[in-house]
Parts: sequence; C-alpha cells; structure tokens
Amino acid sequence: MKKWSNFLSTVWLGISTHKLRSFLTMLGIVIGVAAVIILMAIGRGATAEILSNIESMGSDLITIRPGAFTFGGIRGGASETLTIEDAEAIAEQVPYISAVAPSYSSNLQLVVGGENTNASVTGTTPEYMVVNNLEIASGTFLTEYDYQRGAKVTVLGSNIKETLFGNTDPIGQQMRMGGNIVRVVGVLESKEVMMGGPDDAIFIPLTAMQQMVAQTRTAQGERVVSSISLTVSDEAQADYVVEEITTLLRTRHRLGALDDDDFNIMSMQEIAKTISEATGTMTLLLGAIAAISLLVGGIGVMNIMLVSVLERTREIGIRKALGAREHDIWIQFLVEAAFLTLVGGIIGVIIGWLVAYFVSSLGLMTTVVTADIVILAVVVSVSIGLFFGFYPAWNASRMNPIEALRSE
Amino acid sequence: MIKLQNITKVYPMGKRELEVLKGISLNIEKGELVAIMGPSGSGKTTLLNLIGCLDKPTSGSYYLDDREVSRLKSGELAKIRGQKIGFIFQTFNLLSRLTALANVELGMTYAGGVDRKRAMEALARVGLSERVKHRPIELSGGEQQRVAIARALVKNPSLFLADEPTGQLDSHSGEEIISILTSLNAEQGITVLMVTHDANIASHCQRIIQLKDGEIVW
Repeated sequence: MKKWSNFLSTVWLGISTHKLRSFLTMLGIVIGVAAVIILMAIGRGATAEILSNIESMGSDLITIRPGAFTFGGIRGGASETLTIEDAEAIAEQVPYISAVAPSYSSNLQLVVGGENTNASVTGTTPEYMVVNNLEIASGTFLTEYDYQRGAKVTVLGSNIKETLFGNTDPIGQQMRMGGNIVRVVGVLESKEVMMGGPDDAIFIPLTAMQQMVAQTRTAQGERVVSSISLTVSDEAQADYVVEEITTLLRTRHRLGALDDDDFNIMSMQEIAKTISEATGTMTLLLGAIAAISLLVGGIGVMNIMLVSVLERTREIGIRKALGAREHDIWIQFLVEAAFLTLVGGIIGVIIGWLVAYFVSSLGLMTTVVTADIVILAVVVSVSIGLFFGFYPAWNASRMNPIEALRSE
Repeated sequence: MIKLQNITKVYPMGKRELEVLKGISLNIEKGELVAIMGPSGSGKTTLLNLIGCLDKPTSGSYYLDDREVSRLKSGELAKIRGQKIGFIFQTFNLLSRLTALANVELGMTYAGGVDRKRAMEALARVGLSERVKHRPIELSGGEQQRVAIARALVKNPSLFLADEPTGQLDSHSGEEIISILTSLNAEQGITVLMVTHDANIASHCQRIIQLKDGEIVW
C-alpha cells in the first residue's frame, strides 16, 4: 500500500512538473476518445431508431407482394399473381400464423366538401389492424360485420385525416370516394414512421373495394390482390413460415422447378437484420475514422515521452545511483504514459458522452452510448499509453548511470 | 571491506582506446576514512564509480564485503547501490522539484521503502530539522549538500562515496560537510571514501591515496 502510494507520487511528480505539456499530450487522447464515443453513439443511435421504427410496425410481420424480383427498388415480372384465394390457403395450411390480411390498393377520387384529391385507397380485412400493429385514435377500425356485408365505411390515416378534415372530427362524416358515398368510422393513431406508412393510408373493406372498382381476376378466376400481409405466432418460426409459404404459393401458381418465384416475401426480421448489418458497418467505419485521431494522439504521447526522458536524464541517473533497477525506471515511465492516456481517455469519455447527450436532447439526432464502447475506449487509451510509452521508457531504463549523472 | 585486485578500466575513444585505470590494487578496511587525491584525469572519479557499482571494470576483480561484484548484472549492482552505498556528489544532485524531505525519502524508495520518521531523523542528524519543507533552490550550497548526505544516510549504508563533496562550497560550508562526514565515520563506523583536490580537507582523513595517470603512486 505504502509502496504504491509512493510509486504513484513518483509518477504524479513526472506529470505535474510539466502541467501544460501533460495537458497537451492528454488532449490528443481526449479528442480521439471523444470522437470515437460521439461517432459510435450516432451510429448506434441511428441503428436503434431504425430498428424501433421496424419494431413499431411489428417485427413478426411478413409481407408478400406479387412480382419476381426487385432491383434497385423496381419490381419486375408479372404483377397480378397474388389472390384472395392464396391468402385463404396460407391461413388454412401454413402453421404458426396468427393472422392474414390480403389487401388491394387502387387510386380513387376523394371529395370532402370543397376538397377534391386523388389518393391510394386500400381495401382490406379487419385483420389488417392486428397484422400491421395499427392503433385507433378515435372511432373503430373496419369490423367483421363491415367486411361481410361490404359496408361503405372508411378508416383514415392521421395525415390524410388532417388533409381532408383539418381539425374537425371526421367520425360519422361522409365523403365521396370514386362515385360512392362512404362514411368515416375511424382515425388511426399516428405512427410517425417513414413516408408511405399507415399515416397516409385510407382503408375500406376489401368487399366494398370489389364493388367500387372492377377487380382483375387471374386465368383461374381468382380475385387478384396487391399484397398479403401476415403475422407469425412464433417469431422463431419466421424462416420456416417463409419457406412453407413459398412452397405453397409455388404449387398454387403451378410453377415448374426451374421457374422463378412470381411473388416476393419480405419478413420484417429479415429487413431488420439487413438494416442493422448495414448500419453496424457504418458505425464501425465511423469508429475507425475516429480511431485514426486516437492513433495520432498516441504518436503525440510517444513524442512527448521521448522528450521528457531526454530532459530528465539527470533524474534517471540520480535514481539509478540511489539503487533504481532498469525495471524500476522502465515501469515509472511506462505508468506515466499510461496514466496520461488513462486520464485523457476518461475525460474523452465524459466529453463524448456529454456531447452525445446534448445532440440527443436538442433533438438533432438519436445517440446511444453503450457501456461496451465506454469500456473499450478506456481500455484502448490505456493500451495506447502502454504501446507508445514502451520505447521511451525502455530508452530511459537503458541509460548509463554515469553518463546520465554527468548530463546537464 | 573493499578489495580491488589489478583493476583496469579502458574506454573506447573513437579508434584508440583510453586506459583510465592501469591495474589498481587496493584494500580498504571497514570504518576507514580515506581521501583519494590526484590531478585531473588521473582516474579518481572512475575509481570511485567502480567502487560504487555504477560501472564495471574492464579487467581485475572487486570484492565488496567478500563478494565478487565486478561481473554482476546491472540489476544486482543496482541492488547493492540501493542497500550499501551512499553517494555524495560535487553538484549535490538533488531533484529540484522536491522538498528536502522528499529528496531524502527518495533515498529510501529503492532501498526497502519510504519511512518518514527515519527521513526526519536523518535530516535532524545533519542539522536541517527546520528546513525540511524547503526546495533545493531555497537552500544554500552547504545546506543542499547536507540534504544529500541525509539522503545517503537514511538507508543506513555501510559505505559513503563522496566525489569532491566540497568542490562547489565556500571553505566554511566545506568544513561543515567534512565535519559531518568525519563524525558519521567516527560515531557510526561508516566507511567513507572521498575524492578531493583540497589537501586541507584530505588532512582530516586517516589515509590518503594518491593517483596519477591511472596508477596509485603513494
């Protein structure tokens, strides 16, 4: 204990003698560590935000769309292959499925009072709300009863409601939709996710949609839909469910072994995985760029330690005359370097954390500082001290005591 | 206590070699007070450094307390310096950033650990009890050299090696230093070896060794 306090006071002596120099040395590490923390926090924050968006849409969600492939966002292949009958078959034959909602979208003319717009209207089943994790702000969603009798009722996304009705309560009000009169029965809670989400959607019963527009039929006479969304009851079985659906649809669509799928299945899990991989790579890249400044800081430490050793040649000589072994001198300078970078690292963590916190609280960006990054930053900064202090400390320990004592 | 047998020391000087010590044989008994004298370049300091285990001889053997030390590794030599030998330098060699007390404590750092009480006692022994918190720059030359003696004394060495201990002091301070060293020798039986130019100071010693051109002449 006594030995340690003694040792630390020796180290402190070396550092405190040149306060400005020690501070500047530390500054390189402070900036490097703070940069790593901030950039990693931004990267992690972006990942977390995207994933929570996906989560709010339902991580157990699987969407099937017609078309063989997507390339750069453009869907190729035939676009009228999915049918209501497909949806029914999936619901009946594939296990681990909790709800299936086919939907058919079409552009219709909307008229409310003086407002006259053209918008995409989605015809679907009551299950759609559960499947897509939607919540009702006022009124109700489409009911089974509405679906059965093809009721001319509609549920509006929060943005559409603002556009058409402003601040007035739309529940019970009527609007024209492609030549029909429909009654508003519900408004959705805002999801605040990306464009094109449920905030901008208009829902009517799929049965009502079939009456409003001439729905296309396939060669087999099945009724075409534009997508089928479903949820799995056990997320762990999502991959299995995707496989089963693929097999089922290939059979139903009479595809040969060499034919490509004429549909496209996306599970939210898959999307979440892809996105978090991409943002993870981005985060690492940001961290790597910041780490370069840490490296530069480390070289600064080495530079200063070399100067410091040279300047304290006489002190080294005195210590050696008093009985210090090479080992003692080596450890002294090594710990001095590691101490500088440790303190620099801790200050860097605090500054990085504060900056990340303010960026978050000012609403500029979501940032997440995790314990692993903090620990990593501190460990790395100490390692930098040890690595870049190694050579100067070795230089110091190897000095000849007689020559060291003679130096001025 | 000290037994040198045919010690030589050769320094390489570019292509030539400089033979600083040419076969020194010497016995010093425990408790002796010895002055080493001689003109500049006669090898006095080199001899003192060898005896102080700061350097190794080129050839010959050196027994310190009956142990052959001339072939030991640097770590072993450092240990001997820390335990047995107290150095006193012409230029004091105190750490300017440390107080007198901390400088004395430094003497114990590599010799078993710091003990403040013993450091205070050592400073009292050289008459500096009142000045323990002063830094070297606030002390006179004589006081600085007394701090250096306290630093050497604090680890209870058996051998004091002083290289021109009075070389930078006025005659009054010089006398003080010599009287401290002689009384340490007389009262505590510490063997003292002192390099000096000053015949007046050498006259306090029981024995004088004269060096010339790397050889003992007298």
